[in-house]
Amino acid sequence: MRKITTLAGVLAVLLVASLLAAGCTDSAATAAPHETTLTVFTAASLTGAFTDIATSYEAAHPGVKIDLVFDGTQALRTQVEQGASPDIFVSANAKHMNALKDEGFMDNETVIYFVENAIAVIVPADNPANITSLADLAKPGVKLVIGTKDVPFGSYTRQVLDKMAADTAYGPAYKDAVMANVISEETAVSSVVPKLVLGEADAAFVYKSDLQPADKDKVQRITVPSEYNVVAEYPLGILAKSQQKDAASAFIVYITGPDGNAVLTEYGFDPVQASR
Amino acid sequence: MDLTQFRHHAETTRNDDGTRSGERGLIILLAPLVILFLLFLTIPVASLFLRITPEAFLESLGNPVVIDALFLSLITATASLGIVILMGTPLAYLNARTNYWGKEVVDTLIDLPIVMPPAVAGIALLMAFGRRGVVGEYFSAFGIQIAFTTLAVVLAQVFVASPFYIRQARASFQAVDRTYEEAGRTLGAGRLRVFFRVTVPIAWAGLVSGAILTFARALGEFGATIMFAGNFQGRTQTMPLAIYTTMQGDLNDALCLSIILVVISFAVILMVKYITRRLV
Repeated sequence: MRKITTLAGVLAVLLVASLLAAGCTDSAATAAPHETTLTVFTAASLTGAFTDIATSYEAAHPGVKIDLVFDGTQALRTQVEQGASPDIFVSANAKHMNALKDEGFMDNETVIYFVENAIAVIVPADNPANITSLADLAKPGVKLVIGTKDVPFGSYTRQVLDKMAADTAYGPAYKDAVMANVISEETAVSSVVPKLVLGEADAAFVYKSDLQPADKDKVQRITVPSEYNVVAEYPLGILAKSQQKDAASAFIVYITGPDGNAVLTEYGFDPVQASR
Repeated sequence: MDLTQFRHHAETTRNDDGTRSGERGLIILLAPLVILFLLFLTIPVASLFLRITPEAFLESLGNPVVIDALFLSLITATASLGIVILMGTPLAYLNARTNYWGKEVVDTLIDLPIVMPPAVAGIALLMAFGRRGVVGEYFSAFGIQIAFTTLAVVLAQVFVASPFYIRQARASFQAVDRTYEEAGRTLGAGRLRVFFRVTVPIAWAGLVSGAILTFARALGEFGATIMFAGNFQGRTQTMPLAIYTTMQGDLNDALCLSIILVVISFAVILMVKYITRRLV
C-alpha cells in the first residue's frame, strides 16, 4: 500500500511538472532574443514551393523560424474558425479567404493575391489507360481521381467540366461519362499524386503546379486549353490576432519578391503583381 | 483487451479493508486526478452534442451523404466481422490448444495491426492488392479490381480489426476446462461436435465481446481505408471518411455523423461490459 501511495505521489508531481513545463515553453521560447517563429497555414498545393521558400528564408534570416502547416484550404480554414492562430494564412481560392475576412479573422488590409494557377490532367508515365487527350477521359473503364466539391481543386475541376459540357465539341454526355469514371474524391491535392505515381489510378485532375520537378519521370501532364480552364487565384494575408505582424509582412515581401517568385515559377505557378 | 481482468482487479480493490489510514489518504490524493481525467474524457464528447441543434441534426440525418455513409459503414463492418470470425476462430482455437514451432511469431503477427499506424496499413494493403501490387497484379490480369472498391474497405477493416476478436477468442478457448471436452469425446461426440456443443458455449461470452470490439474498430477505421479504398460516396465513403469530407463543407453533417458514431461506440462498449458481466 505504501509503495502505491509513493508511486501515486511521484506520478502526481510528474504530471503537474509536465503540465507546468508545457505551459511555460511558449513564453520561454519568445523570451529568448531574436527568436521569432512564424506559423504559416498553407494550402496543400503549395507544399513544395513553400517548403523551399521557407528554407531559403530561414537561411537568410537567422533567428526567424517558419513553421509551415499544410492541408486542404478548407480544413485549415475550419481550424482557424475553431481557434487556431497562425500568423499567415495562404488560401488556394478566394472563397475561403473571403469567408475568413468576413468573419474578422484576417487583417484585411494585408490580404493580396500573389500567384495564379490552372487545372491540368496528369497520367502515370507509362500511361496504362492510353490517355493522350481530354476526350480519352470519357472512355469506359478509365480510373479517374478528382477532388471533392468543397476543395478548391475539386470545385475548379467541376467548373472545367461544366465549360466543356457547354461546348458542342464535348457536350453534357462527355461530362457525365467522365464523372462516371471517378474512383475517388480526395480532400487534398497532396494525396492525389501518390496514387498516380503508384499507377493505381489512370488519370487525375489537379493543378498544373502539382507536376513537380521531381515527378517529371513518373507522371506526365495533359494541358487543359485556356477556353475551358480556370484562373485559380491564391490570396495570402496576415491574421488579425497575429502578435508578429512585422515579421509576417517581411516574410510576405520575400514570397512576393524576386526570390520567392523564382521558386513559385519553378513549381509551375504564375506569380502576379501583388493585387488586392 | 481482456475486460474480465479489469473487473477482477476492480473487485479486489473494492473488497479491500478500507479503514486503513493509508487507503483514505490515497483516495483524497487521487480523487482530484480522477475527476480531472473523467472531465477531460467527458467534455469533448458532450461538446459534440452541444454544438448542434436537434433540428440541424435531423436535417443532416436526411442528407444522402450521411445516409450512404451510415449504410456503407454498417454493411462493411458486418461483412468484416463475418470474415474475421470465419478466418480467425480456427486460428484462435489452434493457438489456444496446440504448441508448434513459430507460434510466438504467429501470435505477434496477429497483434501487429493494433500497433501499426493506419497509413502504414493502407500503404501495405495497396502494395499487396493494388493494381500493381504483389498479389493485385495477378487479379488485374484477370480483370479483377480490388483497390478503390467496397471490397477494399472490407479488407482494410479486416486487417486492422481482426486482432481484437482473435486475441479474445484465444483467451476464451484457453479458459475452457479440457475435462468437459474430454467428457464429450468419451460420450462419443466427434471433434467438431464437441467444439460447437461444448467449447463454444463455454467460451461464448468472450467470443461475443471480442466480436463486438472488432465490429466497433471496423466502424471507426479511417487511415487504411482512405489510402487503399479511396473516398467515393456510396462505394467507399464510410462514416469516418464522410466526417472528414463533410468537415470541409458542412460542419453540421460532420457533427451529425460524429454523434451517430459516438452513440454506436458507446452502446457497443456498454454491451461488452454487460455481456461479460452476465455470462462470465
